[in-house]
Amino acid sequence: MRLEFTDEEQSFREEVRSFLREQLSAEISGKVLNGYELGREEHLLWQRRLHERGWGGMSWPVEFGGPGWNSVQQYIFEEESALAGGPRLIPFGTKMVAPVIMAFGTPEQQRRFLPKISAGEEWWCQGYSEPGAGSDLASLKTRAVRDADHYIVSGQKTWNTLGQYADWIFCLVRTDAQAKQQSGITFLLIDMKSPGITVRPIMLLDGGHEVNEVWFENVRVPVENRIGEENRGWTYAKFLLGHERTNIAGIGIAKRELSRLKRIAASERRHGRPLIEDPLFAAQIAQVEIDLWALEITNLRVLSAERHSPAAGPEASILKIRGTEIHQSISELMMRAVGPYALPFRREAMEAGWQFDPARESPGPRYASMLAASYFNQRKLSIFGGTNEIQKNIISKMIVGL
Amino acid sequence: MDFEFSDEQRQLHDAVERYLGNQYSFDRYKAIKGSAAGWDPQIWRGLADLGVLAITVPTAQGGLGFGPLETLAMMGDCGRSLLLEPLLSSAVIATAVLRAFAGETAAAQMLTGMGEGAKIAVLAHFESGAGFESQWVNTRARRSGENYRLEGHKAVVMHAAAADTLLVSARTSGEAGDAQGVSLFLVPRTAPGLVLDVYPTIDGQRAADVYLKGVEVPAAGRLGAEGAALAPIEAALDIGLAALCADAVGVMQALLDATIEYVRTRQQFGQPIGRFQALQHRIADMLIHLEQARSMSYLAALRCTDEDVGERRRALSAAKAVIGQAGRFVGQQAVQLHGGMGMTDELKVSHWFKRLTAAQLMFGDSDEHLQRYAALSVRTILPTESPRSTEFSA
Repeated sequence: MRLEFTDEEQSFREEVRSFLREQLSAEISGKVLNGYELGREEHLLWQRRLHERGWGGMSWPVEFGGPGWNSVQQYIFEEESALAGGPRLIPFGTKMVAPVIMAFGTPEQQRRFLPKISAGEEWWCQGYSEPGAGSDLASLKTRAVRDADHYIVSGQKTWNTLGQYADWIFCLVRTDAQAKQQSGITFLLIDMKSPGITVRPIMLLDGGHEVNEVWFENVRVPVENRIGEENRGWTYAKFLLGHERTNIAGIGIAKRELSRLKRIAASERRHGRPLIEDPLFAAQIAQVEIDLWALEITNLRVLSAERHSPAAGPEASILKIRGTEIHQSISELMMRAVGPYALPFRREAMEAGWQFDPARESPGPRYASMLAASYFNQRKLSIFGGTNEIQKNIISKMIVGL
Repeated sequence: MDFEFSDEQRQLHDAVERYLGNQYSFDRYKAIKGSAAGWDPQIWRGLADLGVLAITVPTAQGGLGFGPLETLAMMGDCGRSLLLEPLLSSAVIATAVLRAFAGETAAAQMLTGMGEGAKIAVLAHFESGAGFESQWVNTRARRSGENYRLEGHKAVVMHAAAADTLLVSARTSGEAGDAQGVSLFLVPRTAPGLVLDVYPTIDGQRAADVYLKGVEVPAAGRLGAEGAALAPIEAALDIGLAALCADAVGVMQALLDATIEYVRTRQQFGQPIGRFQALQHRIADMLIHLEQARSMSYLAALRCTDEDVGERRRALSAAKAVIGQAGRFVGQQAVQLHGGMGMTDELKVSHWFKRLTAAQLMFGDSDEHLQRYAALSVRTILPTESPRSTEFSA
């Protein structure tokens, strides 16, 4: 038993660090480290940088153009990238649809789609949830009717993340209304430029446009864009959800945000002293820091065990629950650190390049203007990807079995 | 980065698990708890025969020369079995204290005897009025001729009555709170002037308040240089803290197992109560707490001998804070989910709960360690981080 990474893993970490030093611009890392949002082009640019280095599909096997990294290497990359202020990786292409295409797609589909995902040439989004199908995903109603060599798709998807940027959407659609819920579902890849698709923004509580409704009105989808067999889509979807759970705890990002919290608490003052010296506030930072440390070791334990056999127990659910709770605590403490200066609501403050005029516009420091919005936004973490309550159902099913 | 136990550690764990599984039934535990001495020399002999008492005794003193990871591998079984014998006090903590002085004949002989199971020693260090502040030593040792004369009081000394020898810290100079000036003495339990007020602790172990009323100790009974004993004492206490964490994790696992079994079988409203989602989620929360605690027990074992004292304390305080909080949650919820039965003396659940409660109170509770952690760490930005921020850059 040892905590230290092996020499090979250490030198891999150095390799990642030097890549980040060379390729990550101060402009991008500055935005990430200070909590600003990145746009489509910035994300795609970063994906291209990774691709040029051969890391575009970093979780992919070598035969599909990936670097063949094991899960420890992926963990190290994500940690280093997060700490350096690298953009978070948008998972829909590389981590979600790509593994499905590799496992169940035709060679033509693999040739057509995978290189453009790796190269950052096409943006993917997810068409799973519907207004009536959230945690109970299999109750989805979007219909696809076969018409010669096409499917005609009609219905509505929701909670579609960043679909306004997307070139393609992977969708679960119902192809057999008579069959049992899970057995009438098909997995389709749909061009977002297809006639009949409408993307409508859903404005969230933080004032941001991060998710959409996607409407399908008699959208024609070539049969060649079906993954695997008709009515077997649920199998592929479950496979995908398994892949969604790698690096689910977001340890690197949490470490970075914890540092930001400490810097904010060091520059804010109460009673003439830095807030970080206030015993009650310091204790709350200490609590979240030790919780994060415990989760980091739990995550490393899972990685260590996976060297011998893939995790099949409740590990992923534990990481998801604790990880999201910790992220939420940190964002809440950041907001509370600035107190009343979090009150002014300036959506434009989330965007880099915002001209801040302390004399006229805001009573607090510049970074205060976005902290409430960020706190509001982070409430999503315990809701998406299977709510934390669903995760507890999963854990209980595994260990109690009733 | 690797969290697998070695083959040797696994074998040790298996041997202890098998031995306690065969010899330390709940009935046996209750009988020992109810006995006058509160521990069983036969069990102690059995543990000695297994080699368990010698695992951290240096090879030069006939021991196995192992460290905290081997201790970790077997402590969980001791917690699960509710072991009442002075394993933590003697075979872990006192052994660690004496190892620091193994070059001296008296300490070396003690170590050999302890590894063989022939001798028991315990550390008598903490005093009243200061919780677990290790520098708070008010007991005095005054030199008079060839002897030291000890005066003072040691509070809640675990297993003091079982010991042949007490390792007593006493101040040879300075004031309570000073890091320097603390010396350590080997004191036979039967020494004139040594008075023990013995009582059971909340979890059925034995402890005593120790009064030193003019106890004469020959100069040869002093371990190490005069006034320089605090560092080795604190080092040994840190090793003990890590072992206590592992014991507590064993208890939490036992409580979770028992609670899962109970909600599967207990019927209400025509179905097992484990079908109710309120209880399912509580059990999921218990598992989450347990796994975080287990992770921190590994960290504690890996870091408790770190030569960097700051890093060692930071890790141990983080571990004790998490394990204290987890122990409180798992213990309370195990009782709650067992309903009225969880309140009874008849079920092992209440005994495990009390052992966890005792572990919370020992060596500083979660709040004390959270506070110490905050003092050590909160003002430091994470070591791995090199901020490249535009708005916070200097």
